[in-house]
Amino acid sequence: MEKFIYITLFAPLVGSLVSAIFGAKKKNTAVGIFASIMLLVSAFSAIILLCNIDAEHVYHVKLMDWIIAGNLHIPFGFVADQVSVVMMSMVTFVSAMIHIYSIGYMEHDESFNRFFVYLSLFVFSMLILVMSDNFVGLFIGWEGVGLCSWLLIGFWYHKDSASWAANEAFIMNRIADLGMLIGLFLIYWNTGSLQYDVVFEKVGDLSVATVTLIGIFLFIGAMGKSAQFPFHTWLADAMEGPTPVSALIHAATMVTAGVFLIIRANHIFSMIPNVGICIASLGAFVAVFAASMALVNNDLKKIIAYSTLSQLGYMFVAAGLGAYWIALFHLVAHAFFKSVLFLGAGNVMHAMDDELNIKKMGGLGDKMKWTMIIMTIASFALAGIYPFAGFFSKDKILEVAFAQDHYVLWAMLWIGAGMTAFYSFRLVMLVFFGEEKYKHYGFHPHEVKAFVLWAMAPLALFATVGGFFEHSFMKFTTELLPEYEPEIEPHFMSYVLMALTLGLAISSILFAVYKYKTGGFSKKVEEYPIYKLLLNQYYIPEFYNKCIIKPYMAIASFLWLKIDVAIVDKTVDTIAKVLYDGGDKARVMQSGNLSNMLRLMVFGLLVLLLLVVIFNPVK
Amino acid sequence: MITITHYLVLSSILFTIGLVGIIRRKNLLMLFFSTEIILNAVNIGFAAISKYYHDMTGQMFAFFIIAVAASEVAVGLGLLVLWYKRKSTIDLDSLQSMRG
Repeated sequence: MEKFIYITLFAPLVGSLVSAIFGAKKKNTAVGIFASIMLLVSAFSAIILLCNIDAEHVYHVKLMDWIIAGNLHIPFGFVADQVSVVMMSMVTFVSAMIHIYSIGYMEHDESFNRFFVYLSLFVFSMLILVMSDNFVGLFIGWEGVGLCSWLLIGFWYHKDSASWAANEAFIMNRIADLGMLIGLFLIYWNTGSLQYDVVFEKVGDLSVATVTLIGIFLFIGAMGKSAQFPFHTWLADAMEGPTPVSALIHAATMVTAGVFLIIRANHIFSMIPNVGICIASLGAFVAVFAASMALVNNDLKKIIAYSTLSQLGYMFVAAGLGAYWIALFHLVAHAFFKSVLFLGAGNVMHAMDDELNIKKMGGLGDKMKWTMIIMTIASFALAGIYPFAGFFSKDKILEVAFAQDHYVLWAMLWIGAGMTAFYSFRLVMLVFFGEEKYKHYGFHPHEVKAFVLWAMAPLALFATVGGFFEHSFMKFTTELLPEYEPEIEPHFMSYVLMALTLGLAISSILFAVYKYKTGGFSKKVEEYPIYKLLLNQYYIPEFYNKCIIKPYMAIASFLWLKIDVAIVDKTVDTIAKVLYDGGDKARVMQSGNLSNMLRLMVFGLLVLLLLVVIFNPVK
Repeated sequence: MITITHYLVLSSILFTIGLVGIIRRKNLLMLFFSTEIILNAVNIGFAAISKYYHDMTGQMFAFFIIAVAASEVAVGLGLLVLWYKRKSTIDLDSLQSMRG
């Protein structure tokens, strides 16, 4: 079985390195095909592992020693247990489909080959993140995916907005990573190891205060990667990247790394339920906060990005309340329906010549039948309608909140679910139904190629039926994760809750369908202050700009002009100038004239003699 | 009575004469003379101090200097003749083909 671990891990790297050979060359479809095949190989071997792992068979391999210094011993070790193998299968499977999709999506891009280099490298980093058997390996993968995210958001680097968004994402993550790094230092300091098994064994002996600190710092790292408030602004701007990137990195895999970290470190977090409640509260807040921004946005991809934020909030609620397997279940279900939703958005963008304003679309359903069907399925899954995957996972999270008597959290999530259903179908209605506005703007939409749709089909299939694996998923993951089953008394209450949630989601959908069928909201709505507040993202980006970026810029330019240029540089320049001028003056001595030289020599001799007389070294 | 001081004063005077010659003169031949004067000033010093301390090393060193000076003059004069044949002058300032 060990060889399958290595195949899963290194096949994407091979794909990336081979593509890199052709990186700067002209577009070559074979590069994309090769990278996709490598990903399929990787996905295949991950699924073999998935089938072969059970409570008795957990695989742990050590590639080689990496850092050995004193008591610090960190190997390149990889572990394939119930949690990591679920992540591996999900990551490689979604990535493989998105690679195939990208062959069609990036068809006309001149940097086609470069795209696959980055994309495969991303998958490799993500696999290191999920498979590593120690925190340092996780951190390397963590930074690796951050790097690849930067490369891919700024893939069209000639666009200022893209390179700005890439830098924003990278810097925001860097700030949060500091928290993560401090968390790792604390772990090493207190337990003397960074291997998961050793740390989790020893963490029980530590004082609660120490574990709380560790948990808080690790969660700060998770907040950055999973774009939780207040680090959330980068995710919406990250939509500047190509759409497959948004689907893979900013919906399915990288942004869920934060949730994965909490799940992985569940031994630490289950010791500190107070921090868990903070995590859950923040998650519930973000779930509503992000969903409300998605209600009014007109940018096709940003709506989906906010929805990702909101769903990440749901995952954090589950993880924070100790229902780790439910968080993981929602993570996997979300990966499928959200990635396919993004890919559908990619098809629409492709058809509309990269237009993103959904107000300019409408009626695309006739031209793009399959895209419409797939996106509607994904939206149903996102809204949590039975029998789609989202229903099972999201409902479970609501039950958890209710069962633990966190009624406020439950109410927030419930409202969030209503909002989710509304904005999903607002998007579907505005894009695929209603008046064919694109004709006014002179677009000629067309359906994408068949193989692109085929690449989306498996993801859509899982988005549809994935929920029915709930029971086997629970059985499989709770072999490693703590068992958790929300118990609601009396029993029929859980059905009432389910009906309430489903009822809210369905009525929101019907409301959206009805409203946008009859021409949408009147213009007057756009005058309401609440609409403006939401459309401007609660003025948070502006606030960051005014209160953090501008003052920072002012301080930086002060330091640059007044300290660096005026003092540091000036000192160095003056030293250089004195030496240079001195050399210029002294150069005349070297005239080449012998009598001058002799005179100088005699002068030097006299000076030396004089020094001898003055200092009198011979006693 | 002639003491060591007299010898050393003589040596110093000769040395100064030689040094002034080196600074003032432009004629290469005169420069050689000046150099010889300096060397012999040193020799006087060596010999005098050797006698004063009853140590033969100084006198031996004086002999060495005489030998070295002789060979130096031989080589130097050879070069000087060659230079005169080429440039028809033995002026010191003519010995300058590179400029700083």
